[in-house]
Order: sequence, then structure tokens, then C-alpha cells
Amino acid sequence: METIWFCLAAFSLAGYVVLDGFDLGAGIIHLFAARTNEERRLLLASIGPFWDANEVWLLASGGTIYFAFPALYSSSFSGFYLPLMMVLWLLILRGIAIEFRNHIDSPTWIPLWDVVFSGASALLAIFLGAAIGNVVRGVPIERDGEFFLPLWGEVGILDPYTIATGLLALAALTLHGALWVRMKTDLNVTRIAQWAWRSTALLTALVTWATFKIQPIVGYSFIVRPWGYVIPVIALAGLWVAGGAQQTRAFLGSCVFLVGMMASVAFGLYPNVLPSLGNGATNLTIYNTATGSYGLGVGLAWWLPGMALATAYAVFQYRKFSGKVS
Amino acid sequence: MDSSLALHRLHFAFTITYHYIFPQLTMGLALLILILKTMALKTGDEHYNDCARFWIRLFGINFAMGVVTGIPMEFQFGTNWSRFSKAAGGVIGQTLAMEGVYSFFLESTFLGLLVYGEKKIGKYAHWCASLAVFLGSWLSGYFIIVTDAWMQHPVGYKLGQNGEIQLDSLAALFMNPWLMWQYLHNMTGSVVTGAFTMCAVGAFYLLEGKHERYAKTFLTLGVLVGFIASLVMAFPTGDGQGKMVALYQPATLAGMEGLFHSEKGAPLAIMGQPDIEKLQLDNPLLVPKMLSFLTYQRWSAEVRGLDEFPRDQWPDNLPLLFYSFHIMIGLGTIFIGVSGIAALLLLRGALWRTRPVLWALMLLVPFPFIANTAGWMTAEIGRQPWLIYGLMRTDKGFSAHVSPGNTLFTLMGFMGMYALLTILYLFMMQRELTHGPEGESH
Repeated sequence: METIWFCLAAFSLAGYVVLDGFDLGAGIIHLFAARTNEERRLLLASIGPFWDANEVWLLASGGTIYFAFPALYSSSFSGFYLPLMMVLWLLILRGIAIEFRNHIDSPTWIPLWDVVFSGASALLAIFLGAAIGNVVRGVPIERDGEFFLPLWGEVGILDPYTIATGLLALAALTLHGALWVRMKTDLNVTRIAQWAWRSTALLTALVTWATFKIQPIVGYSFIVRPWGYVIPVIALAGLWVAGGAQQTRAFLGSCVFLVGMMASVAFGLYPNVLPSLGNGATNLTIYNTATGSYGLGVGLAWWLPGMALATAYAVFQYRKFSGKVS
Repeated sequence: MDSSLALHRLHFAFTITYHYIFPQLTMGLALLILILKTMALKTGDEHYNDCARFWIRLFGINFAMGVVTGIPMEFQFGTNWSRFSKAAGGVIGQTLAMEGVYSFFLESTFLGLLVYGEKKIGKYAHWCASLAVFLGSWLSGYFIIVTDAWMQHPVGYKLGQNGEIQLDSLAALFMNPWLMWQYLHNMTGSVVTGAFTMCAVGAFYLLEGKHERYAKTFLTLGVLVGFIASLVMAFPTGDGQGKMVALYQPATLAGMEGLFHSEKGAPLAIMGQPDIEKLQLDNPLLVPKMLSFLTYQRWSAEVRGLDEFPRDQWPDNLPLLFYSFHIMIGLGTIFIGVSGIAALLLLRGALWRTRPVLWALMLLVPFPFIANTAGWMTAEIGRQPWLIYGLMRTDKGFSAHVSPGNTLFTLMGFMGMYALLTILYLFMMQRELTHGPEGESH
């Protein structure tokens, strides 16, 4: 049962990365891919009806982890206190920028929100990537199952490895956003997409090598369950397709790449959910963080139909607003 | 008080108080917009659609504010209250996750269609979108109240080996006796806010001599809905909620009423200042025997005072609890009075020219927000010193590894951020109100 919830939580997090990923990515390239006010309105219109619902996937993932693995939720949220608060501030600024930008047609109002939107999107991508980096690397968990990490220092949120994962997320979401914008508008993003594709490929290689080096759990997982190599192979195939010229196929390739990367991380860490740095005895696993079996069982009864409904809304909405925006 | 505890409490209190300004308005407006869309469909009069479009624009701004200030609430359960979340996440995580899965997806998807999609989807589908947004926002309120009702009166759980609180029956959470009254009382409160806001905008336009036809529609709908909601606020929902407090949280009731000593035929204090040194109410203005009657329907019934409870189980901020409760009750009474007079004038066709009442309706606009906030303060301060009533004390729930310095840092960050949001919000609202309901959206 714990394993089922591990998969469901990973599924909704991957859903978040793929969906909110393209509107974050659109935000990252906002200042460069779209130059005039008209172009920027077009770019924003391509994510306008979707971004809010995409962000709900983050809340749904958070809620899922909260009730299925309460000890993980409480430990990681209080331990990553400062960066999470900063993520909140960035989400606030970004949401306000998208909603309020177009209300006033003024040469001071509009560029201000364009910069806030783009800057917050880029920083969020880096923070999310660094967060995954921290989860893979591990954190100094104490005997009560909790920890507190400063932003930097002897052991901090930011170190060379987590900065690399942050940059990988920045590159991968830039690519993802650029491919979305290319598919949904007539803006010319070819050069940005090419540049982002190369950076993503390079950083993926670097981060993969570093991951096997710093986190033995990951290497061990692939040794005892060698069938798992299928997952990163699918991810790389997705990245290959994402480099292609066919617009829709390239975007879907990028989706596969992001899901594959998330799945590789989940596979590599399983059954751990937050490894402890230096002391394997305090690793947080699905078994020592999960709630009671009644809660996990009854949760399935409403979670599955609820998420099926949410997926149905999304399909309905993407169909209603399909095609290029103009 | 431990400075960590004080800061974590202030952190949550500040962010939740600010956040709830917006949902109380949008949940109320969602109902009023649905009524306007229904009128448009039934009468075929485009005027009601124009009205709805104006309120959907205002709704959109408030909804955005509610979303961006709401996400920090879910995070804070983990960041600032990790020991509480670790112990109780298996229970309240269920209802909070349900809110995300069942109401946020519904709301966010159909709000997009409500705001951008009117021309794309046709009038019936657009009415359905307004229904979906109404259901989504009222469902969201429902899951939050299920969660809070559980903290006020925990049911359906069992204690695990390490003291963690495990869910024992999901159905019990939804059949919590506390839940129904709290939900109805809370939602009626948000209808009061929505209706009085609609009244105030209508009164403002009428007094300014602008958008007369719209102003009259806003006033008609706002006054009638506001009057009914104000009545339901007091009876039966307020009364029912009060009886729950009397039954399950008797120390809280004594604190709310400023009743330090048990009494037969206890008086109702209309005003006063609780003196917790001398254990008395200074300058009391009392209605003899009224509290006994309201609580137990008998003039001579005994109401238990604070002296019957150990001091460490008293709500830890008695004066604030007393004032919050009395501000809520006092304002609620004023709402019934003003909207009652306005409704009477409306039915006699005299409201449009009775300028003092229009002025009153316009100037009353901040007060439903204050009354709703005071009501929530009554519930949350009244629950103290418990985080989960009778089960976990508040000083055992905050994140032990987050130092006071870090908490103050982020509290100040939120204060600065919300000061900025307030300026932007007032600016945007002022623009929409100046722009008015006539003409195209922009």
C-alpha cells in the first residue's frame, strides 16, 4: 500500500512538473522570445487559461504527500523552511504579474510585470531543481526525524550538486516552455529552443554522473532492479524527440523527458523518500513516514476518482483552447 | 510565552487573517453571480448578463488574491507546524488534499471559462461555468470547515504507538456534529460579505449619480440576499454554533461571555472589559438571566463559569476572545437592522430616494469583513490552549527546528509582501469601480 502511494505521489508531482513546467518555461523565455507588447500578450495568452489549474497540481501533490506520508511532509517542509517561503513569495509575485499585467496599458506598468513574471519563473525553476537535488543528495536528519537546513554553509541547501540540478531544471523547463510557445503561437523561438536543448543534454549528462557519485542508493537501486534502466532510456528518447522539428511531437517528447527524469529519481531513491546525509539509520522511507493502513486504503477510494475527474477537466480545457492563439 | 510559539502563532494568524479577506468575498459573490446568470437565462434580459460580467471581473481580482495568499496556508502546516502535521497529517491531510483534488481543479478550470470563455462556449455552458465556480468555491470552504471542525471537536481517530493520531473513520469526519453548524454559519457569513459589498457598490453609484440601472439591480439583489443572510447568521446558524460551544467547549463559552463565576440565571454581558487579575468584568452592561436562557432555554439554568475549569485550560487570551465575540455579535445585530430597514424601503419603493440609508449601506462595507474575521478569531482563540481540542496543546505543535530568528524573518517578509499586495489590490479595485459596469471589459 505504501508503494502504491509512493507511485501516486510521484505521478502527481510529475504531472505538476510537466504542466506547470511549460508555463514556467514560457515565463523564463518571456523577455527574450517576445519583444513587443503584442508578442508578449500572445505569449501570455498561450498560458492564460491554464497556468492556475497547472499550479493546483502542486497543491494536490502537496496534499497527497501530507496525508499519505505526514512525517515526510512535516520534516521536509520545516527543514527546507527558508527556500519554501521564498518559493511562496515567488509564486505570489508571479501570479500577480500574470493577472494584473494586462489591466493597464502603460509603458511603466507593463514592462515592470514582464520582468517580475520572467524573473520569478526562472528563479522558481532553479528552486524546484535544487529541491530535487537536495532530496537526492540527502539532508542531515536528526533522531526525531526532522532537520533544518540553512541556504548555504557547511551543509546547506545550495552546494555544487544542487546548483547543477537547479540549472538542469532551468534548462529543461526553458526547452519545455519554448516548445510549448512554438506549438501554440507564431513566435520565433527556434534559437532559444536549440540552445536550451544543448544545455539540457549537457547538464543531464553531468548531473547523472554526479548523482551516481554522491548518492549510492541510486546506483544500488539500478543494480538490484536492472529493469529500471528502461526509465532513463525512455527519458533520453524523449529528449531526442524534443530536439526535432515537428512542433507537437517535440513538445510531447519534452513531456516524456520530464516524466522520465522524475521517474528515474523516484525509482533510484525507492523505498527512501528523503535519505539522511551521513547516517543511513535516519533515512526517511515510505515505511517510517506513511500514515496508518486505514487512511491509505480509504484515501484510494476518493483520490483515484478525484484525480480522474481533474484529468478530465484538463482534457476538456485543453481541447476548448486548442490550436494556435492569435 | 515562548518566543518560538508566539512567532509561529503570529505567523499563521497574520497570513490566515489576510487571506480570508478574499475567500469570504468570492464565496459570497459566487452565489450572487450564479443568481445574476440565472436571472439572465430566465428573463432573457441582457442587463443581468452585463451585471454578471462586471461582478465576474471583480471576482477575478479577488480570486487571484485568494489563490496567491492561500497557497502559503497549506505550506505553513508543514513549515511552521511540523509537529502538529506529523501527528495529525494522516487525518487533516485527507480533507486538505480533497480540497485540492475536488474543488481547486474545478474552480481553476471553470473560472478560466467564466472569465475568458463567454463567447466561446455559449450561454448555457457559461451558466454551467458559473455553477461550477460556485460549487468549487463552496466545496473548498466545506473541506476547510471539515478540517477546522475536527480540530475543534476531534472525532473518528485512534492513537498510534508513537502518539500519532491515525484516521479511524473518514465518514465520522463528515458527520462531525460540530461541522454542520460551523459550515452553515461560515458560508452565511460570506454571503453577508458578498451581499453587503454588492449593496455598497450599488449605493456608491446611486449617490454618485452614475450607472443608475445597474446600481438599482445591485441594491435590490444585495439588500434582499443580505437581509436574509443576516437573519440566518443569527438564527439558526449562530445559535446552533453557540450551543455546540456550550456542549463541547464550556470553558470557551465562559471566556467568550466573560463569565468568571458559575451562576444560576447568568446574565448576558453586552459590553465590558475582562480583568483577568481580579477575575471580573469591568464596567459591565448586563441583561439579567439572558445567558442562561439563550444557552439552555431556561431563565434559571446554571451556566458554568471559568472558575470551574483549571487555569491551564482557560483560553489563553481571554480579553481578545471576549472582544472578538462581542464585535461579531454587535456587528451582526447592526447588519440585521440596516438591511431590514433597507429591505422595507425597497419593498415600498422608497430606497432610491432615502439617501441616509444609501450612505449607511455604502459606509458599512468594511464591517462584514471585520465581523467574519472576528468570528474566526472567536473560534480559533476560543479553542486555545488547544491546537486539537483536548488532544494536542498549541505549544506542542510548532516546528521545533525552526528558530525564532527564521520565523521572524519570514513573518516580516510576508508583511512586506502583503503590504505591496494591498496597495495593488486597492488600486485595481478602484480602477474597476471607476470603469464601472458599462462598456467593454479590458
